[in-house]
Amino acid sequence: MDLDKFKVHGEPLIYGAMISIALATIGILVGLTYFKKWGYLWREWLTTVDHKKIGVMYILAALLMLFRGGVDAMMMRLQTAAPEMKFLDAQHYNEVFTTHGLIMILFMAMPFIIGLMNVIVPLQIGARDVAFPRLNAVSFWLFFFGAMLLNISFVIGGSPDAGWSAYFPLASLEFSPTVGNNYYSLALQISGIGTLITGVNFIVTILKMRAPGMKLMKMPMFTWSVLITNVIIVFAFPVLTVALALMMFDRLFGSQFFTMANGGMDMLWANLFWVWGHPEVYIVILPAFGIYSEIIATFSKKNLYGYTSMVFSMLIISLLSFLVWAHHFYTMGQGAMVNSFFSITTMAIAVPTGVKIFNWLFTLRKGRITFTTPMLYTLAFIPIFTIGGVTGVMLAMASADYQYHNTMFLVAHFHYVLIPGAVFAVIAGFHYWFPKVFGFRLNERLGKHSFWWIVISFNVTFFPLFFLGLMGMTRRMYTYSEESGFGPLNMLSFVGAVGLAIGFVLLVYNIYWSTRYMPRDTTSDPWDGRTLEWATHSPMPVYNFAVVPKVRTRDAFWSAKQENMPLFEDKITKIHMPSNTGKPFILGVIFFFLGFFLVFSMWIPAIVAGVGVLIMLAAMSFDRDHGYYISVDEVMATEKKLMRGETV
Amino acid sequence: MKIDASKPLEYSTEENSNKIFGFWVFLGAEIPLFATLFTVFFVMVDRFASGPSGSELFEIGPVLIETFLLLTSSFTIGLAVHAMRLGYKKAMMVFMALTLLMGLGFIGIEITEFVTYVHEGATLQTSGFLSSLFVLLGTHGAHVSFGFLWGTAIMIQLWRQGINPATANKAFIFSLFWHFLDVVWIFIFSFVYLKGLM
Repeated sequence: MDLDKFKVHGEPLIYGAMISIALATIGILVGLTYFKKWGYLWREWLTTVDHKKIGVMYILAALLMLFRGGVDAMMMRLQTAAPEMKFLDAQHYNEVFTTHGLIMILFMAMPFIIGLMNVIVPLQIGARDVAFPRLNAVSFWLFFFGAMLLNISFVIGGSPDAGWSAYFPLASLEFSPTVGNNYYSLALQISGIGTLITGVNFIVTILKMRAPGMKLMKMPMFTWSVLITNVIIVFAFPVLTVALALMMFDRLFGSQFFTMANGGMDMLWANLFWVWGHPEVYIVILPAFGIYSEIIATFSKKNLYGYTSMVFSMLIISLLSFLVWAHHFYTMGQGAMVNSFFSITTMAIAVPTGVKIFNWLFTLRKGRITFTTPMLYTLAFIPIFTIGGVTGVMLAMASADYQYHNTMFLVAHFHYVLIPGAVFAVIAGFHYWFPKVFGFRLNERLGKHSFWWIVISFNVTFFPLFFLGLMGMTRRMYTYSEESGFGPLNMLSFVGAVGLAIGFVLLVYNIYWSTRYMPRDTTSDPWDGRTLEWATHSPMPVYNFAVVPKVRTRDAFWSAKQENMPLFEDKITKIHMPSNTGKPFILGVIFFFLGFFLVFSMWIPAIVAGVGVLIMLAAMSFDRDHGYYISVDEVMATEKKLMRGETV
Repeated sequence: MKIDASKPLEYSTEENSNKIFGFWVFLGAEIPLFATLFTVFFVMVDRFASGPSGSELFEIGPVLIETFLLLTSSFTIGLAVHAMRLGYKKAMMVFMALTLLMGLGFIGIEITEFVTYVHEGATLQTSGFLSSLFVLLGTHGAHVSFGFLWGTAIMIQLWRQGINPATANKAFIFSLFWHFLDVVWIFIFSFVYLKGLM
């Protein structure tokens, strides 16, 4: 075996990263042993099937990935801050922008949203759990180990370097001979399977496990957005599965799908990638729309304006999201007719999105608005996202796109869409639902500080990029000359990036500070909420609701409070819960090794790991543990404790 | 676990009916998966570079036997479910065993076909057409192989535990999967082989 291919040579930054990873790992292992937390970790987290805990783990992993992707971003902005910078070389820069894109979209934004939906959706629909709790754990561990597989790439073997879209022939074995793109195909495949399972799980959960009386058109808007998102997942992710499998065959077994000779077709990759990739944009943005709808209604003390049109505009967006993929490559020679079709469908998306923006504005109108941190993010989102949307329509015009394509204008546009559209949303949702999960609020003062840092710095970072793009600076350029005149605006953008980093550090500090000093919340309803998740205790007991609520109206908890409609009428009965299991975690570990061995074409260990996967699946099938019951007495005791404000 | 006696055993609990619905949603994801593979195949179908084309490669004989085996096995798994509903464990086991044996026969013939192609110089690496052919057929074949292992695991559980809400649910879901593979094969038979032979 050739050990040399595991090594990454000659990069002081990567050596530094290796040492810090090793030290951090040793630190964690020693810490766990010293504080005797191994058993706790295994019993309470690694084997859990509780949707709340799985959601928390998703969010934790997403925050870690935000840090990783953020460091990549900082390195890029530093490298381009001044002309002729020598901080990164061209190859390293390629790797950094590739992993930045991959990690931020697939391992930060999406898991953060899946984390929030895991925590909140079952509560919002008055259910005790998701439909398939063990499968939910499988989803999480596949995502987690897929993400880890991608993350070890830069210290073992080398990162992918062909862009997050991995266009062929650049991503082929011929032009990207390192194992980097093998990591790409396998890490995304493993976590993608996890996402697909989540999609199936949540469709069933939402359609079949709603509390009695909650008709589809009485569902909270976040739940609606999650339902539509998961339908998109179920239709879009199989396309990615196939694309990645073909990529793997091309790179590992020499097949001819995307090659330049022997009948291969490189444009096939671009089509397959974006047939998945464009709906993916809406997979991260639609739940964000749901989060904002909840927050705006709550902090304006009004019903959401235009509920039905909100639902239909999301349905139309989800449909159109599948009809616009070719707008990602107008300039690749597909002819005027094709470009016109995709130009029109792309611009059409602005219509339902505009409907949503106006609905939010009308919800705010004459509302009794309180400016909490989540509300501030929501209010900032509306104008910033609109700039992103308007520049999107500019890009949607195929003929004009010949000017903007592949420039920093495009980079500015999608950051103006994705950061307010997804990142602000998950941060807002995080602040909003944090007290539900942990029983205390995040500090508002620190939250507002970090809000202003993030929002102002965001504009300082990305607004100059519009001008740089119009000046002709192409994206993915690792350096430029003094004469180009790109220097000053790039420096401004770097300054903004530093500000963004400060904002995110403040956010993390807020979590730490609030955990230590914030008073515990005794009401379980800190924001005067409208939907069912606020009707149970915070933090909620493992069974969510002692009695399944009866829903009569939209915003069921609000009308329960306002019009004295009782939510909980039934008597407490014994509650069935699924038992914890370590099998999903073990399955994830085996998948990790399977992926790793395939990356390095180590066939025999890979076959062993493949058999291991089958054995674990069989073990899960033969498992006869049907869960356990919580008796009425236990439920009563837990409820009493929670009423007194104790934790359980 | 509440059991609703008015429903067939495989639907009798809430968990069971959720699982069946969930599996339908999963099959909903399998449709775009195979649709994408078919699309790739149709894009690639005339791109045989220096390699052989479909009409040079395909033989109708083995394909007809494969088709016969898979279609019949779809019938026998239906009979197995029927026997299950009547509570005849032994008949159910026999029909499931027949189904799996025919599946095994199908895989055997498919592997022989693949070996023949490779001996004739038609490999995964030869051309875009052959890459897409092998991956489309291979994905379907891998599904059948996985189905064989899955079905065997369910038969062991049936044999040990008899027909109860849990095993009935598993066997029923397995039957949905098996029928789905049959449907995909009909498309492969029509649009890959018959069209290729023309």
